[in-house]
Amino acid sequence: MSAVTAEHDHHDHGPAKGLLRWVVTTNHKDIGTLYLVFSLAMFFVGGTMALIIRSELFEPGMQFVNPQFFNSMTTMHALVMVFGAVMPAFVGLANWMIPMMIGAPDMALPRMNNMSFWMLVAGILLLASTFFMEGGAPAAGWTMYPPLVLQTGNALPFAIFSVHLLGISSIMGAINIIATIFNMRAPAMSLMKMPLFVWTWLITAFLLVAIMPVFAGAVTMLLTDRFFDTSFFDAAGGGDPVLYQHIFWFFGHPEVYVMILPTFGVASQIIPVFARKPLFGYSSMVFATAAIAFLSFIVWAHHMFTVGMPMAGELYFMYATMLIAIPTGVKIFNWTATMWKGAMTFEAPMLFSIAFVVLFTMGGFTGLMMALAPLDFQYHDTYFIVAHFHYTLVPASVFMIMAAGYFWLPKWTGNMYDEKLAKLHFWLSAISVNILFFPQHFLGLAGMPRRIPDYAVQFADWNMISSIGAFIYGPSQLIFVYIVYKTIKGGTGEKVTDEVWEGAKEHSLEWTLPSPAPYHTFSTPPKEVPTLSTSRS
Amino acid sequence: MKKTKQLFAALTLMLSGLGSAHADYAISLVKGVTGLSNDIYDLHMWVFWICVVIGIGVFGTMFYSIYYHRKSMGHEAEQFHESTKVEIIWTIIPTLILVAMAIPATKLMLEVDDIQESEMSIKVTGWQWKWEYEYLDNGIHFFSSLDEASNRARQIDSGIDPRSVPHYLLNVDKPLVIPVDTKIRFLFTAADVIHSWWVPDLGWKKDTVPGFINEAWTLVDKAGTYRGQCTELCGKDHGFMPIVVIAMEKEDYAIWVQEQKTLADAEKNAADKEWTAEDLIAKGETVYANNCSSCHMADGAGVPGTFPAITESPLVSGEMEAQVDLMMNGKGMMPAFGQMLSAVDFAAVSTFIRNGLGNEVGDSIQPSEIKSLQTALPKKESDDDE
Repeated sequence: MSAVTAEHDHHDHGPAKGLLRWVVTTNHKDIGTLYLVFSLAMFFVGGTMALIIRSELFEPGMQFVNPQFFNSMTTMHALVMVFGAVMPAFVGLANWMIPMMIGAPDMALPRMNNMSFWMLVAGILLLASTFFMEGGAPAAGWTMYPPLVLQTGNALPFAIFSVHLLGISSIMGAINIIATIFNMRAPAMSLMKMPLFVWTWLITAFLLVAIMPVFAGAVTMLLTDRFFDTSFFDAAGGGDPVLYQHIFWFFGHPEVYVMILPTFGVASQIIPVFARKPLFGYSSMVFATAAIAFLSFIVWAHHMFTVGMPMAGELYFMYATMLIAIPTGVKIFNWTATMWKGAMTFEAPMLFSIAFVVLFTMGGFTGLMMALAPLDFQYHDTYFIVAHFHYTLVPASVFMIMAAGYFWLPKWTGNMYDEKLAKLHFWLSAISVNILFFPQHFLGLAGMPRRIPDYAVQFADWNMISSIGAFIYGPSQLIFVYIVYKTIKGGTGEKVTDEVWEGAKEHSLEWTLPSPAPYHTFSTPPKEVPTLSTSRS
Repeated sequence: MKKTKQLFAALTLMLSGLGSAHADYAISLVKGVTGLSNDIYDLHMWVFWICVVIGIGVFGTMFYSIYYHRKSMGHEAEQFHESTKVEIIWTIIPTLILVAMAIPATKLMLEVDDIQESEMSIKVTGWQWKWEYEYLDNGIHFFSSLDEASNRARQIDSGIDPRSVPHYLLNVDKPLVIPVDTKIRFLFTAADVIHSWWVPDLGWKKDTVPGFINEAWTLVDKAGTYRGQCTELCGKDHGFMPIVVIAMEKEDYAIWVQEQKTLADAEKNAADKEWTAEDLIAKGETVYANNCSSCHMADGAGVPGTFPAITESPLVSGEMEAQVDLMMNGKGMMPAFGQMLSAVDFAAVSTFIRNGLGNEVGDSIQPSEIKSLQTALPKKESDDDE
């Protein structure tokens, strides 16, 4: 037990016994674990749907599912991955790490913390229940554009209420994070001394609070259009279907940054540790994150270049979108500069981080290309887009969530994971993810639209290669589950030190705590905070 | 580390080998057959090469560093951590690069928007799941949907190899015909949900939004057949509503226009004559296969829970009026066929489903009756907002 927690240990109590511990817990570490385990489960649910999609697309012709069910698969795959896997995984990491990184004993609002988790579970279960309803699960895409979505069978109101629940859960989670960061920091932890993971989450939390109500509003208008005779999105009643798209993407664009900003944060924690060097350009990283977040609110209609906007609108959204490349570029350059002249080692978290920087940059390049409106007239709604956003989500967000797992598991459990297996997991993932998504660029450019269950025979070869990539990538992720399980059960048997990684203590507060981190940490705030990778003034 | 490098090399070899060894592995953007599509292609390549150069710079630096600045190579970490000068440099240079992309992109946008001096107009209406074309200058009007051969082959467990079907999923029963060297204005709208009309060779796609009209134009240089697809998710058969554009020399186009006028007259007469139930049923079987079987299945059994069965359906065995009304106006996922089918086809399929697929109601309906019902329908989206 380190000195920082020792003095109050006499009235510390452990977790409640039995299963009830996980239902009623208000401990940030328990809730973090719940979120992470839940999101891992959902990752496999969403992944199974992806494998059904890739199986159907393995060859031209319809083999396994009918087109309606195929559309349900693309829709539910996206909803489950976005709201069930990636977002909850980052909330789980936030729960575990933010209090430990800012020297706080727990989250500011522990009971709400518990509620937001269980509301997430309720929301996802409600969504999953639509598979058993008349008319099938929602099949109009995760974007749920009217009028198409209004043709959904009995599932529609349930899907909408599920979105409401998920939204409330996210908002509560975000409020909790904001309240924690603003009120619970150790006295020495000024804003510009916060680790970047905390900064990126603070900014992400503000995005969530701003956008989730907008999304809830949009889907509520769908509900009243369908059941209460309003015509928000129906031209026959004076409405406009494109209005929905504007509202949706005002939510949707910041939403995709909700999934990428914490990714940046994790990378900024990991890279300096394994380069054995301070993070390069801490302040510019903070400002770049804030700039990206700001820009995310004013570029939404680049998802709609083909809906028929006035020329002035198209040009504005094109220029604004191109601007995103600047702060994003700054971040890439800063990570590269952090590695430059370091003394690098390549444990699993670092391998995933390097793959993230390279492959996310590829997603950035295609993003820049499609920012140019005349080019987007060709790219829009093709597999080129599918390739683009999967590059920014899978080898970026998903890779970094797993990197975070490897990075912090020893701190959470006190055990070391199996590095050999982790490297195997990395190489299988990094290679297969490219076999899976890289050919999709070619398919899109050659003219294959997205969201189709069957395709012309000239697209057959790349589709088969892409599917083979999926069949390798999917099962490879089971290695991760095995490694995590084994680590919790004792790992390699080697006891890890407090700082786990050489020199990590200098970068961030969590490494000053014992491994495994006790149930309650920082009952008294630390006197000093590490400043190697933050602002030193 | 050595193994890692070997793996990388093997992967690179494999990917580049695939790219070069087979000509049918298309890897770049369609160049197209219009001035506009060529300009778009050139801009695409320009931006692509800029990205390649940046990529080589960034990844080159990173991999140099990964190779030389390793702990295992005995490299000692330096402790520098910020430089305002460097930050400013790598903010300004990308900004300049963006300007170099924005200028040609803006020029191209203005060209795309220039609809002036178009010589003819075609109105395109998206339907679930076919396209309606109206030539506003000469009154030619028809629907265009997936061709029969593709439609048969794409049914689940059809047993037909898609590779044996010419232009599988990219062929239609009636293509859109346009003259070359003519600036054509397209007007886009939709009857039910949003669709998007895309022919890659023309260089753009445009959404068709119910209740609104969008515009675009094209000027095709080269006679030929150009194929595309719907690109906005529009429901179950989104993947099965292709577009075929045939660009003809002007003289051939004039001949085609004459043929269409003759055909239209013949169809009008067919709707007015009296049909026997047998003729209607025989014709209805084909209409059913092309329009209904993908949801209600070829044998009329439907898909339990999603698409109702036709066989022994209370609606089909009940009053003719109720059945025709549902088919005319649609409901939920059931499209409104009132304007989509000709009076003859509508009467034929209405009669067929009552006397086939295991149903034996015994009655029939004449095309002339359907025709009068169709004229009473509110005409959807027919206003031109000029």
